Amino acid sequence: MTDAAGPVLAADGTPLKKSLNRALRRQKMRALMLIAPLLLFILITFIWPIAQMLLRSVENQIVSDVLPRTVVAVVEWDASTEEAPGDPVFEALAQDMMVAVEQKQHTRLGSRLNYETTGVSSLFRKSGRAVDEMGELAMDQFVALDEGFEAPANWAVNLGTADWNAALTDWVNNGEEGNAPRFAADPGAAEALPQTTRLYGDFANFVASDGDNPLDEDIWPILFHTLAQELPSADLSSVAGTGLPLVAAQGPVAGFETEDIKAAFIDIDEDWASVEVWQTIQTYSPDFTNGYFLNSIDMQKSPDGAEWRPEDQQIYLTLFWRTMLMSFVITCSCILLGYPVAWLLANLPASKANLLMILVLLPFWTSLLVRTSAWKVLLQQQGVINELLVWIGLVGDENRLALINNATGTIIAMTHILLPFMILPLYSVMKTIPPSYLRAAKSLGATNWTAFWRVYFPQSVPGIGAGSILVFILSIGYYITPEIVGGTKGVFISNRIAYHISSSLNWGLAAALGSILLAIVLIFYWMYDKIVGIDNVKLGG
Amino acid sequence: MGRRGLSESSSDAAFVAFERVQKSYDGENLVVKDLNLSMPKGEFLTMLGPSGSGKTTCLMMLAGFETATHGDIMLDGVSINNIPPHKRGIGMVFQNYALFPHMTVAENLAFPLQVRKLGKSVQEEKVHRALGMVQMNDFAGRRPSQLSGGQQQRIALARALVFEPELVLMDEPLGALDKQLRETLQFEITNLAHELGITVVYVTHDQTEALTMSDRVAVFDDGRIQQLAPPDQLYEQPENSFVAQFIGENNTLEGVVQEIKGDACVVKLDSGDIIDAIPVNVQSVGDRTKVSIRPERVEYDKSRLKDGAHTLKAEVLEFIYMGDIFRTRLRVAGTDEFVIKSRNAPDQTRLKPGEMIEIGWLPQDCRALDA
Repeated sequence: MTDAAGPVLAADGTPLKKSLNRALRRQKMRALMLIAPLLLFILITFIWPIAQMLLRSVENQIVSDVLPRTVVAVVEWDASTEEAPGDPVFEALAQDMMVAVEQKQHTRLGSRLNYETTGVSSLFRKSGRAVDEMGELAMDQFVALDEGFEAPANWAVNLGTADWNAALTDWVNNGEEGNAPRFAADPGAAEALPQTTRLYGDFANFVASDGDNPLDEDIWPILFHTLAQELPSADLSSVAGTGLPLVAAQGPVAGFETEDIKAAFIDIDEDWASVEVWQTIQTYSPDFTNGYFLNSIDMQKSPDGAEWRPEDQQIYLTLFWRTMLMSFVITCSCILLGYPVAWLLANLPASKANLLMILVLLPFWTSLLVRTSAWKVLLQQQGVINELLVWIGLVGDENRLALINNATGTIIAMTHILLPFMILPLYSVMKTIPPSYLRAAKSLGATNWTAFWRVYFPQSVPGIGAGSILVFILSIGYYITPEIVGGTKGVFISNRIAYHISSSLNWGLAAALGSILLAIVLIFYWMYDKIVGIDNVKLGG
Repeated sequence: MGRRGLSESSSDAAFVAFERVQKSYDGENLVVKDLNLSMPKGEFLTMLGPSGSGKTTCLMMLAGFETATHGDIMLDGVSINNIPPHKRGIGMVFQNYALFPHMTVAENLAFPLQVRKLGKSVQEEKVHRALGMVQMNDFAGRRPSQLSGGQQQRIALARALVFEPELVLMDEPLGALDKQLRETLQFEITNLAHELGITVVYVTHDQTEALTMSDRVAVFDDGRIQQLAPPDQLYEQPENSFVAQFIGENNTLEGVVQEIKGDACVVKLDSGDIIDAIPVNVQSVGDRTKVSIRPERVEYDKSRLKDGAHTLKAEVLEFIYMGDIFRTRLRVAGTDEFVIKSRNAPDQTRLKPGEMIEIGWLPQDCRALDA
């Protein structure tokens, strides 16, 4: 109406686009606010846990966190030599272990590595008790040389910055309010005595985090050992602090009797000489690992890459396959049993259909546990069904059917429990198929069967699809029912996941198994979309 | 055996026949009461009636989807009561088209041929020909959902015709279409039916459709055929007041028969006025009657009335200009709903509300029916 070249204007002169956006924005904001609680809820209870699970299945920082020095030192080690790593690795291990023991991290790491190699857990626990004696030989010699080495304050002055020392003094003067300041290494000391400085930093920080004063606590023996290792060859010109008589000690220390740390460790437990233990540490030293996933598919890491686990330790692939196969059987039996019921529901007069619908929904109102336990009563060897069969004479008393604590039991009970999930989508799709299609087919000359098979059935396929997806995905992750009626031959992968979550506490493996399960479901979903088309899935309407 | 001989002789030319057919769904009420109907080959018969009048039930019984509670339905001289629908060979067009949504147009059309196990090439040829009949050859590969309502209806028609049935049933096939499309398709369906020489039973509640398409119309009400006649007869010579009311616009005046003389009678209206009529559904003097007169047959130009014709005084209440015609509402003999229609001709007078006029009609246009 106005200038065709310019933007269309609303009545008040603002561009039409802008005022339209403004009008829509208010609507959108209102809608967003309405769904915000749900969105937040889903984010917190669904997206976040899944992300956590995915992360946990590859996360492996615990090794490098607890054994930072060892992890670096062991990189060079070549497992194929069939010999335990050399002294430097054990030196690093001794330092790491000291810190870990003080922080009580070594048992956690032990159980983590125990998933990969049994025995590591007890190895770490045992070593933890003995590690604080390592370095006592060096300590005694230092103290004999000069009593000044025993005073913690001297270490602080020598290895920490002047600022940190000042802050520490302030903190002490202020009545030790809160925690002591975090350690700051003196650059000169860190250059001349890197390992000692670093270990002292760990010591100071640990003491501080415990709420104690680094100037009061006894220096760890292993620090003396480390200092004895480093001092002889150190260039002390850059060390400014004057607490420890380092320069004077440099000469005598070279003549100290040194403790063989490696031998000490092997003395605690000869497993430390085991190549396997060190291989495990080396393999699992990166921050992220595919080890859990390999484990989930019955493989393990080895120096030559991934390899199959020994035959007798393979379990997960079988379980995955069984889960898949049984879910498929359950889905098929749900279709077979559910289709006629849904058809009846959709075609009976309303009053009868309602009654039938209540029967279909009734299981939903009964506790899952009660229903499953009821199957136990029905299916067991001395149960209702077997008694009945024996009484009729169909089955001999001596060879009663094994209907429970095996795959059969799981299939029967789960078909029953998941049947409504098949019937309801089928019903809602069938409800939308007008009876005139069947009539039209018959009027065109089709027999009842042809009319059903060529006209009615294809139109009910979306319902079958929706029901199958629901039932299959639900049953793939089912847990309670297989646990109760499945015995050993009828359990699913989810039971194994539950075991790792609650009993073995190997959450990483549980997360990896869960992630694989999730991936399988997504793959099935994708395949289904390719074959049937997800647009064809109808849950209703 | 004897029975068959009887029925054959009684309906010699009948292709489709209903003989004393009754239908009840609940065992208490009859939906169809004693239906007798016979139609020759090639006829286009429409079942017209308000909803619940039993017309669709009749169609469904003929198609085989409902069974008659009593009586025989004959097709080509043979009782089809016990023949299942798929063996009757009757084409059917449904109200909602009932095109199979998971098949293309061509597959829909091929369906009746496939179940008859015809050869591939025969199938293709017949499908092609049927699509040609409804000018839809370009749409063979489409799905029904990609077609408009009118196109779907054409396909449904082609599908009902593709296996060359002699009898085609149509259950309100144009009900869901807009007016213009409906008119086009009405024309196409009648043409096609006559060209192919098929017999059609058509169910509708739209009287215009019934009048324009059919050879004969059966007006249903209350489970009975009220009148079975060609359209012109139905409109001009309704046999009872239901048909008169149901078909077209109609003026009704109530009164008592005063005199019957052969094919003419005099009716004294409740208002006391006297009018001429022809006796249709009245037997004797003193009978109450509803007199029916079509709006376009009412004259207010005295010169066009016969000498001595009875006239009535009328007051103009409303004048409605409708383009091609004028519709004038009058107060006549105590009713305010008396309507007359006049053609919008150059010399036509336009009546004004409040004007007093005299109206009359030729006796043969005015029918004294049952009360």
